[in-house]
Formats: sequence, structure tokens, C-alpha cells
Amino acid sequence: MTTAKDMENTEWVSCIAAIRDARDEAAFARLFGHFAPRIKAFLMRSGADATLAEECAQEVMATLWQKAHLFDPTRASAATWIFTIARNRRIDALRKQKRPEPEDLTWGIAPEPDQADVLALQQESDQLSAAIAALPEKQRVLIEKAYFSDLSHSEIAEQTGLPLGTIKSRIRLALDRLRHAMK
Amino acid sequence: MTNMIQHHLTDALMMAYSAGSLPEAFSLTVATHISMCDECRARLGAFDTVGGALLEGTDEVAMTRDSFAATMARIRAARPEVKPAPRRAGLLPVPLQDYIGGDLDAVRWRPVGMGVRQAILPTSKAATARLLHIPAGAAVPDHGHRGTELTLVLQGAFVDQVSRFGPGDIEIVNEDLNHTPVADIGADCICLAATDAPLRFRALMPRLAQPFLRI
Repeated sequence: MTTAKDMENTEWVSCIAAIRDARDEAAFARLFGHFAPRIKAFLMRSGADATLAEECAQEVMATLWQKAHLFDPTRASAATWIFTIARNRRIDALRKQKRPEPEDLTWGIAPEPDQADVLALQQESDQLSAAIAALPEKQRVLIEKAYFSDLSHSEIAEQTGLPLGTIKSRIRLALDRLRHAMK
Repeated sequence: MTNMIQHHLTDALMMAYSAGSLPEAFSLTVATHISMCDECRARLGAFDTVGGALLEGTDEVAMTRDSFAATMARIRAARPEVKPAPRRAGLLPVPLQDYIGGDLDAVRWRPVGMGVRQAILPTSKAATARLLHIPAGAAVPDHGHRGTELTLVLQGAFVDQVSRFGPGDIEIVNEDLNHTPVADIGADCICLAATDAPLRFRALMPRLAQPFLRI
């Protein structure tokens, strides 16, 4: 079944294609309106102040424009791809570190993707979003902290006062639930 | 080679790599393993999707008023980047070659005793990444760990108290284990090892050498 969310996901895919093929500023503006305020929020939750978060969010969106030809909608949703760009920008800006990435499987520009593959991937991403939203509060909060706060599990333990073992087991339970939901 | 890999990344490491909270030396080791292991590459895709879903679901913080125009100005000011992704030339995966500045023949080895050689790679100080060259049949001195040690086999194999580790296999060791990795008799073993605390050698000599050699 195709949901409203899947429609939205595939629309973001078309917007990125329009930037790649036609340098389409209107399509970019739509992506910007949706994702830039989320990237800014993500960076502020990771410890950036508003000025730095604003600057980095602009840079992440500029990177999206410049690397639009590298986006592969059979491997990631727009949100996932943008998350990886924002995460790398955060490591660079907040930690002053490089981010070693695995080597690419593909060589050069990917061929035009099969639409069925694109839709299937977008639906899976949507399904995972729903599964995360359905996690018990205590588990979801820790998953969010792990991704958003730039803290290791032991640092989360210090910050929350929860024992390290509790944090590890809640995260493990959350991952089990997500795996189950994706079967 | 891929389907011969027996020892993979844990969920905890995979999630921390996806979230971007690992020290650089650990990220390098994870990225190098994933370059060799299709199974872990697919798992990483799932963890990145979790990150994407969280980004999609987060609250919004309004951008400044002239933000879009400022971003378009950034785009116009930037030089177009048409750099194709580097393709592997040589034995070592690309992320590792980036830190060495070339393939295996570019590594600047230093002896650390008993025929074992190492080369420390330039990463942030929170953890150390080093290449180890262990001659066939030789042992790395018995050592324990204060923190976590990741050891990824690039060539050859080693055996320790836990298991046998061949090309692409990664061993994840915490502070509760003292181990003596021994290279397989057939070939020299080359590993990438990352530690977030100095190793504790049990014999006297290596401990004296430790501050000088950064092992």
C-alpha cells in the first residue's frame, strides 16, 4: 500500500533528481523548507549554538545541491541521505575530526534507478519511522540520544544517571523491536 | 572473500558509527571492515535509516529569514566538485589508504620487538589506530586492555584464546581479556588495530618500552 508518507518520500526523490538534472531552484526550495529546520534542530541538540547550527544547516543543504548526482534512491531515502551529510558536517564542525567512510561500491554515476526499487526502499524507510515512533518512550529516548547528542553510551550513563547496563539493554531491546517490525 | 568473514561488527559499534559518536580511530576501523564486508555494509544501511527517520521526526528550529538566499549564494560561490569516488587500487581498502597515503608499500613501519612492526596512523587522540605486521608464526606479547581494542585482519590470519581471525574478520576485545594473538604459520599477518586506552603488557620489557613506542 502506498501511504501519504511514501508519496512525500518519493516527491523528495524527484526534487533531488530535478536539482541534479535541471538545477531546479524551486525543487531545492521545497527540500530546504522541509529539511533545513530539521537539520538545524538536529545540530542544536548535538550541542551546536544557534549560529553554528544555522551555518552548518546551510552548508548541508549546499552539499545536497552539489552532490545531488551521487544520491541513490534505491539505497536511501532523502531523509537518510541528508542525515548522513548532516552527521558528517557535525563531526567536522563540533569535533574537528575527519569521518572515514567505507569505499564506494559504485563507480561513477549510477544508471537510472528502477522505480519499483525506489518505491520499495521509500516504503521501508517509512515503515521504520513508524516502528521508531511506536517504541516505548524509555527506549525511544535513548535511541534519540545516541543519534542526536554525540555521546557514547558511557557518557549517556553519566548524563542521565542510568546504569550503563540499563542503557545497553534498553537500546538492545529497541533494536530487537525494530528488527521485528521490519520482518 | 566477503562470505568467508566470520567475525563481524556488533550492533553497538555499528550504531555508534552511524550516529557519529566513535573516536576517529574506531571509525576508521569500522569503515575499513565495512569496505571488506557486504553483510555489515547492509546493516549499516539500516542504522543510517534509523538516523534518517529520527531526523524526519525531530522538532524544527526556524532558519533565519535570509537563509535560503544565503545558501544559494554559498552554492554559486563554491567551485563545482566533480571528483569521482576513488576506486581501490592495490590491496588495502580506500579509507585506510587515505590515512596511509598509499597502499601497503607506503607504510612506514617501526620495529616494536620480537619481529613485530607497527605504524601509527594520524587520527584524533581519543583513540589510537595502528597497523601491525606480525611475522608468520610469531606472537604479539601477551597483553590486557583498559578500554576497548578492535583488531581487523587485512592479510594472513591470527589465532588467540578466543578464535581464529582471517582476512576481513574483526575481533572486539574489552578490558576483561588478556590475550596473545599469534600469526598463522602460513603467512605474515597484517592487522589494523584501534584502542581507546594504552595496552597493558604483562611482561616487564614491553611495559618499559610502552611510553616510548606508544604501543
